[in-house]
Amino acid sequence: MRSMSRDESHAASPLHALPRRSMSARRACTIWGGLAVAALVVFAASLATGSVSVTPAQALAALMPAHGAPDIATEIVRTLRLPRALAGFACGALLALGGALLQVLLRNPLAEPYVLGVSGGAAAFALVAMIAGVAWWGVQASACAGALVSILLVLGLARRELWRGEPQDSSPRLLLTGAVTAAGWGALITLLLTLAPDTRLRGMLFWLTGDLNGASAPWPALAALGVVLACIVPAAPMLNVLLRGDAAAQSLGVPVLRLRVGIYLAASLAAAAAVTTGGTIGFVGLVVPHMLRLAFGNDQRMLVPAAALAGGVAVMGADLVARTVAAPAQLPVGVVTALAGVPVFLWMLLARRAR
Amino acid sequence: MSDTRASLLAVHALTLRVGARTLVESLTQGFAAGEIWCVAGANGAGKTTLIGALAGLREPSAGRVEVEGIALAHWPPVRLARRRALMPQDQRDAFGASVLDTVLLNRYPHLSGWGWEGDADRAAAHAALATLGLEAFAARDVLSLSGGERQRVALAAALCQGAPLLLLDEPLAHLDLHHQIACLEALSRWVRSEARTVLFSCHDLNLARRFATHALLLDGRGGFHAGPVREVLTPERASAAFGHPLVLIREGAHEALVPALVPPPGSTSSIPHSPGPNGAR
Repeated sequence: MRSMSRDESHAASPLHALPRRSMSARRACTIWGGLAVAALVVFAASLATGSVSVTPAQALAALMPAHGAPDIATEIVRTLRLPRALAGFACGALLALGGALLQVLLRNPLAEPYVLGVSGGAAAFALVAMIAGVAWWGVQASACAGALVSILLVLGLARRELWRGEPQDSSPRLLLTGAVTAAGWGALITLLLTLAPDTRLRGMLFWLTGDLNGASAPWPALAALGVVLACIVPAAPMLNVLLRGDAAAQSLGVPVLRLRVGIYLAASLAAAAAVTTGGTIGFVGLVVPHMLRLAFGNDQRMLVPAAALAGGVAVMGADLVARTVAAPAQLPVGVVTALAGVPVFLWMLLARRAR
Repeated sequence: MSDTRASLLAVHALTLRVGARTLVESLTQGFAAGEIWCVAGANGAGKTTLIGALAGLREPSAGRVEVEGIALAHWPPVRLARRRALMPQDQRDAFGASVLDTVLLNRYPHLSGWGWEGDADRAAAHAALATLGLEAFAARDVLSLSGGERQRVALAAALCQGAPLLLLDEPLAHLDLHHQIACLEALSRWVRSEARTVLFSCHDLNLARRFATHALLLDGRGGFHAGPVREVLTPERASAAFGHPLVLIREGAHEALVPALVPPPGSTSSIPHSPGPNGAR
């Protein structure tokens, strides 16, 4: 992506002068603080907005332990909007984290959480469950099983690429293994869609686009988010070094093989939890990390927590739009993330190059 | 054979094999402080493999490598990284980053606490950039650099690591003549200023003869010559290692190894194998 601009200029061109300063702990905290405020604002708006309007004060009061019987507004906020907002935040955070991690692992700016086939496996299994007509939780359990099958399949096929104790760059073959696995799942998904009865097609398409309608249990996704962050944030300085190549990282004292397997598992777990909760919401995992890079630079110590916050804001906000813009109809959230994300991302990319 | 006990780096009976090929057979050698070693040899002779083994990235087929008298296997990786730095061949960056940030990455072994650089790390990075005349590049995006500039940034990163033992794989590749000499002069000063050792691979035998103190010449079949540079990079030994006749020419204090004029096929004159002290002009 950025390499295209390499031909444009030579040494002294201001095109490549980086305006930003080096990342420091203080600057990272400012960025995280700003994103956290944005998350709280979008969260409050998600609780207050909908077919029944609730003031932010009422929404806040609804979250407090109530005395006596809860009124209708409290009930709506607690049982519908709160789980959905949390699920949206968790999905977005997990997808952006997964994307940022795979872009580092594969040293490839085009990587996203679905590139290694996790979502394909989840989708294929979920569609089978939907064709069988099982309940909502059965579809989710099936999606989770499919994601795990796909993770283990790629791990098994590419284990020598991940474990090989030699300083060669092992990324391309892992990427190819994952991409071909994803293509296989894609063919299977098309086959399932062709065979599925018409009555189920609409639900299946919504699931494939990414849909938070009916997301009632955000806790597994939030727990997965906590686990992934707890594993990856302490390793963020190592991620920076890994981007310089396996040999350089190994010589600097980074346990490259263990780290690569850890990144793969963390990114896959993140994608699996997100897909299980909200279907294959596209675009967030690719675009959110890149937007943060364009705005604040590529320091993983800043980027990993920032991606979680910004991804959460993006999907929570997109879902707010998806359920209000054409009310009472509800759009799949994946449509909104893509329709809004594409022009914003292109604008950021091109505006930066023109500067 | 020098005393291997007082050396920053030492190898004992080191043997390196790749597949069925033996690249180095039973090398025992110390690399002492104050020495600049050039590793020379034809393409595929095993220079990168040897440097990888010396850095601990690759297990030797036999023998052992010691840094400061301690076998590599007994070094905790981060502590080892504070004592020896490696500049690998040909690094590619997938993402943009400033030159300063790229060089700062090599402070990783010195980071503590939450893993953020302190003032000392930043000072080390600026000093390393200054050593190679790269101060003006600090804010530039590494993706915008030319091949030679990138190579100098990689060398600055290795210096920034603050290790007394520097292993450099082809540090002069892509550099123009002026910068090749500037880098070698900077490395010479760097080695002399403290108890430090540099080992670098290089294809320019004349720069090696001028700036290195010692040379390790690999023939790619397991054989090698190691010792003071002028005893190793001789026309006879270099001709044998590179498979092309070389002659040493002198003019005043200057010397140069140049490829001998090979007679065209069918000509009856013989290839000069051992030129006289004045060489062939």
